[in-house]
Amino acid sequence: MSIEVHLWGALRPLVGGALSVSVEANTIRELFRVLTNDYPGMEPHIKRGVAVAINGQIYRDQLDTILPANAEIYLMPRVPGG
Amino acid sequence: MSMDADLVTKKFKVIGTRVARPDGVDKVTGRARFGADASLPGQLIALVLRSPHPHAIIKKIDTSKAEKLSGVKAIITSADLPDYTEGDRGLLDILENCMARHKVYYDGHAVAAVAAIDVTTARAALKLIKVDYQILPHVTHVDDALKADSPLLHTHIVTEGVSPEATKPSNYNKFAEYGHGDIELGFREADVIIEKSYKTEQTHQGYIEPHSCLASVSPDGAAEMWVCTQGHFVYRNQCAKLLGLDANKLRVTASEIGGGFGGKTHIWAEPLALALSRKANRPVKLTMSREEVFRCTGPTSATSIDVKIGAKKDGTVTAAFAELRYTSGCFPSNWAEFGAMTAWACYDFKNVKSVSKDAVSNRPKTAAYRAPSAPMAAFAIENTMDEIAKAIGMDPLELRIKNAAKEGTKSSYGPVYGPIGIGPTLQAAKDHPHMKAPLAPNTGRGVACGFWFNFGGQTCVDLNVTPDGTTTVAVGTMDVGGSRASLALAVAEELGVEYKDVRVIVADTSSLGHNDMTDGSRGTFSSSMAAIFAARNAITVMRQKAAKTWEIPLEDVIWEDGHAKAKGASHGNLAPMSIKEIAAIAGSTGGPIAGHAEIVADNAGVSFGTHIADCHVDPETGQSRITRYTVIQDAGKAMHPSYVEGQYQGGAAQGIGWALNEEYVYGANGRLQNPAFLDYRIPVCSDLPFIDTQILEIPNPHHPYGVRGVGETGIVPPLAAVSIAVTNATGVRMTHIPMSPPRVLKAIKTHRG
Repeated sequence: MSIEVHLWGALRPLVGGALSVSVEANTIRELFRVLTNDYPGMEPHIKRGVAVAINGQIYRDQLDTILPANAEIYLMPRVPGG
Repeated sequence: MSMDADLVTKKFKVIGTRVARPDGVDKVTGRARFGADASLPGQLIALVLRSPHPHAIIKKIDTSKAEKLSGVKAIITSADLPDYTEGDRGLLDILENCMARHKVYYDGHAVAAVAAIDVTTARAALKLIKVDYQILPHVTHVDDALKADSPLLHTHIVTEGVSPEATKPSNYNKFAEYGHGDIELGFREADVIIEKSYKTEQTHQGYIEPHSCLASVSPDGAAEMWVCTQGHFVYRNQCAKLLGLDANKLRVTASEIGGGFGGKTHIWAEPLALALSRKANRPVKLTMSREEVFRCTGPTSATSIDVKIGAKKDGTVTAAFAELRYTSGCFPSNWAEFGAMTAWACYDFKNVKSVSKDAVSNRPKTAAYRAPSAPMAAFAIENTMDEIAKAIGMDPLELRIKNAAKEGTKSSYGPVYGPIGIGPTLQAAKDHPHMKAPLAPNTGRGVACGFWFNFGGQTCVDLNVTPDGTTTVAVGTMDVGGSRASLALAVAEELGVEYKDVRVIVADTSSLGHNDMTDGSRGTFSSSMAAIFAARNAITVMRQKAAKTWEIPLEDVIWEDGHAKAKGASHGNLAPMSIKEIAAIAGSTGGPIAGHAEIVADNAGVSFGTHIADCHVDPETGQSRITRYTVIQDAGKAMHPSYVEGQYQGGAAQGIGWALNEEYVYGANGRLQNPAFLDYRIPVCSDLPFIDTQILEIPNPHHPYGVRGVGETGIVPPLAAVSIAVTNATGVRMTHIPMSPPRVLKAIKTHRG
């Protein structure tokens, strides 16, 4: 399934400045795998921690989460807490 | 068993009641054991030698004289801490922060540590260690650190996130950008544009308990550590890696905690205690002094922020822009980026942009501090919103309500919001009696809102029903603010028993699977979810035992009000079995009764709050005093309202201290001038009025009881609310935090000309 993945500012230079990229993926795990393969510069970011907002709900850990068709997908840095 | 996190609509029996806290008696009688209360026979005392220079190369360390001192059992330097990080630069930074390797990066950076038979001997040994430094130029202010000719800290840092790609090393470690729309177009559409620049100084979490640990490493490689921490599993994992130990060999027990607020999510001296114990073959206790806590642990960032907002005369904001510059201390991080993410999150703007610049400087490594990075951003944004309101002649609260984010708003950090609570908190502020109360002379009122991300994370709970039918619950997420009471309430609610029959403990790292830190307002959100699931699993076990006893199918046994009950007409004559009766026959029906849950709790939901502050300013001295303060925040569901109120009050109190007094003061020599509570002024009870609270309960659809994290958002609005109050009291816009008396007096005098 092809999904549109919106990128935060720090990731955009890694895809030639685009605001978003189209990716074939059904789960967050698959999404990260494809992004790492297609855009190797993303690997350190993903290793450091990337959260995925799916229709506004933020997922930080559950990589088997399904990416629903037509969902709004945003990548975000993994925010720490105090 | 049910691991369904969705909200269950039910009438609660014990959730929401104000039961006695389980740790209360121990804490008021001195029985509770904090970090420094752990002791072992034969233990040594450790002290750390720290750099007096903010930036220098370590040319040589001579420990020979100290080693010969009677009573000294071990001395370590970075040579005793080999690099096991396997190319993980972030982990190497942690190690290098714990003990300088070839350079010192801040006043107080550790260069050596001693373990001796007593503190007098250890102190004498420190004096015998000779360090030969080559002093380097230093930089402590963020705007200076970002300059091209700034003294360079690290040669491996090149700016990340810029285009074209950076190639030369600098202190400017990261650029990031958030937002949507066309701000240039938006500014052209504005009737009024306000531009302001702001500064906030570095503050410390100011927890009352200093860092302390007791480490004991056996010659066979097994080790134990007792420590005050917000996350003993994370401490275990990191210390094991840095010491080259298998994680299962290091058993870490968390003490009670005398405050952390983010500062105890990082390791600081624990690897040193372990390394000293390993070298000396004796237990080693290491307790920081207050001076060390200030100089050598992790305060929050000092910042410099520019804001520009354009609006129509009707209050529609047409464009908003912010540039946030934060210092991360001496190791790179992205604190400014988190400020950029949170900066505009309360609002629904068509054209909005925030950019962040993170920089390293010769200050201690910055750590999280309660909603890290958000309070400074809110300070700058909310003051500029207040200016806009004044410029167009609109009530500032009405301006916020008009522009508030709501369900369906595209957030400034990207995603579209689901149901959120900013609108209800603003409306509750508008309706609050505080807003209508008269103000005394020289007193101003400020209103501000704030936002924070919450999160959940990895959590383990182990529930056991004892033979007498009472329940113990072991959790691995540290209790920093009352989660043991909330967990006991959740388990009592699920099992249908009394609160007093449930006891919750924080288990050590060898007793449970990994638990994440208590941070991100996750403690009660995630561990109550796991406790609910564990209780549901235990209920299934007890239903099985009743079914066996009655010799009926499991499906015919329900759980209700703390009893197994047979349902259906054919079983109508069976008396319900209480939890105590089932516990008594556990051995003859398959064994002990337990319930476990190992979860990752995602979907914590974002959090909003609105604060109202009244502040009196003495125009002769510049001294400010809060006369009334109200916190309004969405809790989802307040499991224990007193603890929730305490979190709101604690966040506000810390924010007020940050706004009015707290400040790291560095001298021209790069040394911290005020590493003591006498000179670093945190508010005490007599400085504050009673902080009023209003809990809103807009249930989180992704928690069985609707719970949201509440621990952090309370510190986001105070810097803004208090500074706007001081501005209204003096007639001078306050743009520099803290608003200490000299700074306020100077602003008043400058304004008067």
